[in-house]
Amino acid sequence: MAMSQTEPAVAETQAIPESAVSTRNITKFYGETEALRDLSLEFPRGQLTSLLGPSGCGKTTLLKIIAGLLEPTSGEVEVNGKTVTGPGPDRAFVFQDFALLPWASVLRNVAFGLEMRGAGKSEREAKAEHYIKQVGLAGFENAYPHELSGGMRQRVGLARALAVDSQVLLMDEPFSAVDEQTRRKFQEDLLALVLNENKTFIFVTHSIEEAVYVSDQIAILLPRPSRVHEIIRPSINRESGAANIRRDPEYLDIVDEIWASLRSYVE
Amino acid sequence: MRQVAPVSIAGAPPGAPGTAKRSLIPARSLVLKLLSAVILFGAWEIAGRIPVSYAFPTFLESMAALFRMAADGTLWVAYAETLQPLAVGVAISAVLGIAIGLWVGLSNFFDWLFSPIFIVMQAAPLAALIPLLVLAYGIGLTSKVLVVCIMAMPVIVLNTASAVRNTPENLKEMAKAYLASDPAILTKIVIPAASPVIFAGLRLGVSAGFIGAILAELKITPTGVGDIITFSRSIADYPSMYAAIFSIILLAVLFLNLLEWIESVLFKGNQRGYVSD
Repeated sequence: MAMSQTEPAVAETQAIPESAVSTRNITKFYGETEALRDLSLEFPRGQLTSLLGPSGCGKTTLLKIIAGLLEPTSGEVEVNGKTVTGPGPDRAFVFQDFALLPWASVLRNVAFGLEMRGAGKSEREAKAEHYIKQVGLAGFENAYPHELSGGMRQRVGLARALAVDSQVLLMDEPFSAVDEQTRRKFQEDLLALVLNENKTFIFVTHSIEEAVYVSDQIAILLPRPSRVHEIIRPSINRESGAANIRRDPEYLDIVDEIWASLRSYVE
Repeated sequence: MRQVAPVSIAGAPPGAPGTAKRSLIPARSLVLKLLSAVILFGAWEIAGRIPVSYAFPTFLESMAALFRMAADGTLWVAYAETLQPLAVGVAISAVLGIAIGLWVGLSNFFDWLFSPIFIVMQAAPLAALIPLLVLAYGIGLTSKVLVVCIMAMPVIVLNTASAVRNTPENLKEMAKAYLASDPAILTKIVIPAASPVIFAGLRLGVSAGFIGAILAELKITPTGVGDIITFSRSIADYPSMYAAIFSIILLAVLFLNLLEWIESVLFKGNQRGYVSD
């Protein structure tokens, strides 16, 4: 891996892996409203970084700017040292509302990204089948989205993002539309995914517990205009099993600490 | 006017079913269709026997006239004539209507340019405008095709345009995030998403086109089925007149069913897709 090509800005963020994604001085205006102000963040390679903050703090805006779906008013995003000018093959997106094609089967939905990249039918279907199996939806290849539960639909969205094999996975509150039990299972699966896939995850959430549970790094954003309030790197021992994380004293301390700094911003 | 009703009734169901118990629907809807046909024809027969008017034949008399005309070939000759403006007009309206509708839906400029024309066309009292068309284009095929188009095209254009404008924003964004080109967004997202409403517009447009074809034959020159209707009425052969009207409605219903079938083949997931989302 090319370690040296990224900017020296990495140095100031302790001894952590080099950045796969950096945002530099991002400012975003929606008309007169300032959504993001001078926001700079580093996203270490192979790790999961959460963007956490109260609603309206611009986390989704930032994620869409990184995805290339929105253009910043000023500032720039670099992915693997290259400046982002639009959506690219190095990033895949998991949507909060799943954004599945209702008229297409699970197989075609998962293969959509590959189809847009010009992969042949047999190649993309083989890959899609592989990832459908990986997210635990084997047997549902020919089902249509409306026949699936919310959790299963998001698994389709996740398989679609994994299938294009991008270095960076952008997840916009992916579990907010699924029920609590499913969400916990998702969080456990996500930890395994971060461990096994050598990908960089950027994860938007409004749940403090979720952020602390899954993240290597948490960027707390505060609203109006949005800026980085604090970066926390939980050192919870995740090897001890998914069930023990929620009992880890550090997990509980960090949750409390974050709540203390956010509570004044919640109406 | 009463005769027009079955067309719109037959045109309505496709959008409606599809909620729950999908497997039951084909069988049940066939039974319901037959039942409503039996009730309708029964009422017609009774009304003819009372009779409500001496100019109103019974169902059986009309069917007898229909078979007589089919046997001696009058009906086929008439349809060979009527189907020309109808087929040409409906084909032009469908192809051009959907193309213009896509354009209008995608571009504000074309919306500004074309929408008013079609809104005016839709609202215009066509029967009153026919003399003007005849003045400009004569009494031949051109005028009749135009009448069919004026009837059929506006609803196709306006439905297509509004369907395109209402493409779910999140799907377009998803396609962009997964590197879809603009043409791919149009063919893989916009058109499939708009297809139910486009087809609803097509069904309405085609029904209107059938009305237009007969209207043209009644108002411009009596040819084809319009000639049977006019001539039978003039010699008080009411069974033949109603048989001709019945046959055109039957043809319209069959064609609408064909359209529905084409839709279900082309966009398989659609009739299930939007129910729960």
